[in-house]
Amino acid sequence: MYRFDRDLEVRRTPAIGLAAVAFAAGALAVYGVYRAGQPRRRARYAGHVPDSALRDGRRLGWREQTVVGRTVTIARPRSELYAFWRDFANLPRFMENVRDVAVSDTRRSRWTVAAPGERELSFETTITEDRPGELIAWRSDEDAPVRNSGRVVFRDAPDGRGTEVEATIAYDPPAGAVGRLAAKLFQREPNIQARRELKRFKQLMETGEIATAQPGAAAPRA
Amino acid sequence: MRALTWHGKKDVRVDTVPDPEIVNPRDAIVRITSTAICGSDLHLYHAMIPTLQPGDILGHEFMGEVVDVGRGNTSLKKGDRVVVPFVIACGKCFFCDRQQFSACDNSNPVDSADMSETLYGYQTSGLFGYSHLTGGYAGGQAEYARVPFSDVGPIVVPDELEDDQVLFLSDILPTGWMAAENCEIEDGDTVAVWGCGPVGLFAIQSALLMGAHQVIAIDHYPHRLELAEKLGAKVINYKHANVHKALVEMTGGIGPDAVIDAVGMESHGFALDNVYDRAKEAVMLETDRPAALRQAILACRKGGRLSMPGVYGGFVDKFPLGALMEKGLTVRSGQTHVHRYLPKLLEMIRDRRIDTTFLISHRMPLEEAPQGYRMFAEEQNLTTKVVLKP
Ligand SMILES: [Zn+2]
Ligand SMILES: [Zn+2]
Repeated sequence: MYRFDRDLEVRRTPAIGLAAVAFAAGALAVYGVYRAGQPRRRARYAGHVPDSALRDGRRLGWREQTVVGRTVTIARPRSELYAFWRDFANLPRFMENVRDVAVSDTRRSRWTVAAPGERELSFETTITEDRPGELIAWRSDEDAPVRNSGRVVFRDAPDGRGTEVEATIAYDPPAGAVGRLAAKLFQREPNIQARRELKRFKQLMETGEIATAQPGAAAPRA
Repeated sequence: MRALTWHGKKDVRVDTVPDPEIVNPRDAIVRITSTAICGSDLHLYHAMIPTLQPGDILGHEFMGEVVDVGRGNTSLKKGDRVVVPFVIACGKCFFCDRQQFSACDNSNPVDSADMSETLYGYQTSGLFGYSHLTGGYAGGQAEYARVPFSDVGPIVVPDELEDDQVLFLSDILPTGWMAAENCEIEDGDTVAVWGCGPVGLFAIQSALLMGAHQVIAIDHYPHRLELAEKLGAKVINYKHANVHKALVEMTGGIGPDAVIDAVGMESHGFALDNVYDRAKEAVMLETDRPAALRQAILACRKGGRLSMPGVYGGFVDKFPLGALMEKGLTVRSGQTHVHRYLPKLLEMIRDRRIDTTFLISHRMPLEEAPQGYRMFAEEQNLTTKVVLKP
C-alpha cells in the first residue's frame, strides 16, 4: 500500500545538515586561499596552475604569490578568441574590476582597476609573450601597487567543440596600507573572480552579450 | 507596471514596480496577456526555496505580445504574439547546440550560477521568476517581462489560437511530453504515471499519442483521476488499492515497461528535498515524492525505463539503488528542454491532436493573484490550474 513514510521526514534532516556543511566548507576553503597572515614566500594555489606561471613569480622574487588557473571551453574558433583578447582594450568588457585599459603600443598598456571605496589604481603592463592564435602573457611593471601577471592559452577543443581557454593570473600584494587595500581587492576570492571573468568572456564570445538579471543601469558593459 | 511579488511565507502581493527595459541586444519586452500559476510556484509561496528576495516577481508560464526588441534580435518584431519558454537558453553554447537547452551554459548570470555549481557540480540554466539560484530573472506574473535571448526562446503563435490553447507550451505541456519521450515507448508498452497534476496529465496524453498500449495513472485526488480517465488512462487510487499488485495484474505479470514519477511534478528542481531545514514543513505531497519514486522503481519491469521530469532538487533517502541496478533500468531525467519541442507541439495543438484547455479550472485577473495562490495551495483536487489575466 502506498503510504506516507514518516520515517523519511526524520531521516531527511542529516542530509540537510550535510549540504549546509558542504557549503560552509567550500566557503572556508576559498577564504583560506586569501586570508591574511599566511607564511610568506609561499605560492598558494587555487585550481589547476601551470608551472610556467609559478616559475615566473619565483624568478621575480615575489613574496606572496596567489595563483589562479581555470579552463573553459568556448564554442568559437581559436583565432577569433585570441584576437579579441589580444586587444587589451576589450578586457574591461568582461573583467569586472578592470575599469579601463589604454593601449600605448603593441606591447605596452595602462590598466585602471577599481579599488575599494570608489578608488582606482593604475599601473603599466607589458606583453611578455605573444604567439598568435595560441598564447598571450603579460606582466605589470615592478612598481605596480599590486604586481600581477597573466597568461592565457588557446587550444583547439576536440571534435569541433571550439577552443579550450586556460587563463592563469598571479598576484603579489605588497606590504603597507595601500598594499593591504589593494590586496583586499585583488585577493577577494581570486578563484571565484577568475572563474567568473572567464565565464563572462565565454558568454560574450558565444552569445554576443553577458547575461544579467539586473535592470538597465546595473548591466555589465556588453 | 503591476506585478505579483513575493514578500515572505504565504505573502504574495500585487505591487506597482518599475517597467522592464531592454538591457542586452538580444532581449525583447513582452506585454503579457496570460500567465499561469504553476505547482512549483507553491514552493516559492511556502518560502521553501533559498535565495528568494522580498519584491521578486514570480511566474514562469507566460505569453503575450512583443512590444520592444533589442538591436541584436532580427527574428522577432513588435506585435508578434509569443509564448515564452520557462527555461532561458542562449542557443549558441555546447549544450544548446545539442538541444539540451535546460543545461545552457550562458543564461545563468555568473554571479548567481555559483550555488547551482556547488549543488550539482556544474551550473544550470537561468529560469524566469524562480529565485536567484536560477538567475534572479523577473517572472511573468506581471504586465510586462524582459525576455533574454528572445531570438531563440519565444515561439510565435498564430492569431487563430486562443491564449488558453497555447499558454502551456511555456512549461507543463513540453514537460509532460518530454517525460513521455524519455520512456522510449514501443508497441505494446504499458506506461505507469505517478501523480495526476498538470505534468502527469500531459505525460499521460503524450504517452498515448506516442502509441503506448496502455497508460496507468496513480493518484488519490478523485477529480484528477477522473481527468486522467477522460484522457484514456486506466487509473489506480492508491488510497483504495495496492498499487504494486494492481500494476502486476494489469500487465500480465510483466510490470510496466516504463514508469514516470510525476508526483509533486511541478517543482522545477529546487524543491528543497533536502537542501533546507524548512523541508520539514513540507506538505504531504512533497514528503511523498521519494516514496512514489521508490514505488515506481520497484514496480518497473526488468530492463524498463524510469522517467523523472524535473522534480528533485537535493537528495533522497532510501533510494532503491539495488532494484535499479539488478533490474537494469534506464533512467532518463532533466529539466525540460522546452525549446526543442515547441514547433512540433504547436503544430499538434493546431491540428487539434492535443488539447490543453481542459486543465484550466480558474481564470482571474492578475490583481486577484494572491487569492489564486491561496486557492491553489489549499485545494488541489478541483483547483487544477489557475490562469491570470494582467
Ligand atoms: Zn511551471
Ligand atoms: Zn546555451
